[in-house]
Amino acid sequence: MPLPHLPLDAITIGAHVDHWPAAITAAGDALVRSGAATSAYTDRMIAVVREFGAYIVIAPGLALAHARPGADVLADGLCVVTLAEPVAFGHPHNDPVSVIVGLAVAGAAAHLHFVAELANVFNDPAVIPALAGATTAEFVQSVFGQTAS
Amino acid sequence: MKIVVMCGIGLGTSAILKVNAERALERLDIEASVQATNVAGVRAAAADAQVILTSSELVDAIGKTNADVIVINNYFDVDELFAKLEIALGS
Repeated sequence: MPLPHLPLDAITIGAHVDHWPAAITAAGDALVRSGAATSAYTDRMIAVVREFGAYIVIAPGLALAHARPGADVLADGLCVVTLAEPVAFGHPHNDPVSVIVGLAVAGAAAHLHFVAELANVFNDPAVIPALAGATTAEFVQSVFGQTAS
Repeated sequence: MKIVVMCGIGLGTSAILKVNAERALERLDIEASVQATNVAGVRAAAADAQVILTSSELVDAIGKTNADVIVINNYFDVDELFAKLEIALGS
């Protein structure tokens, strides 16, 4: 199964945020814009980190913002937010974070397939620095193997 | 052999860790089942597991276990998984 479509309105380049909840909010806003989720999902993504800590920072500079499936997920969705200034999430090895990938999944079983695709993209260690330095949303799409069509 | 990968809610991050742990195990030529679980389910899932892979942030949530707990820093780095699993499982 390919990744969910990554439309241009699900990509934010160079967001200015002061702290990690604002960074996750920027990802939530992108998922709302693209029609994948409602703003309630944003609150649940923040709640996951408040409950379990910064474990969502799964690689140097990268946070995978997500929560469980729920009524606030309208469709499987992916978003990418890059930060103008990196922020700390509180992870001992992988801070500071400059790229947030937001994931909304409608069902737990189906998501396993496109998470494998996500792993394929990021197994290239050049990808996170490339995304962090992206200047256009079209470039971000191309990193994920997608075009505007 | 059973390996458990654990994240906070049991999907997303743990699914990525599962995919890449399976790639590392294949390279090591070790046959193992890799099960994704969450903080709430780890005690049951890991009862018969040899290894638990997780984030440094979640180690304290595991509690007592007989499994080896391995902290993975970069979930996308198959080389890191390979090296740490080789130490834990290698002869």
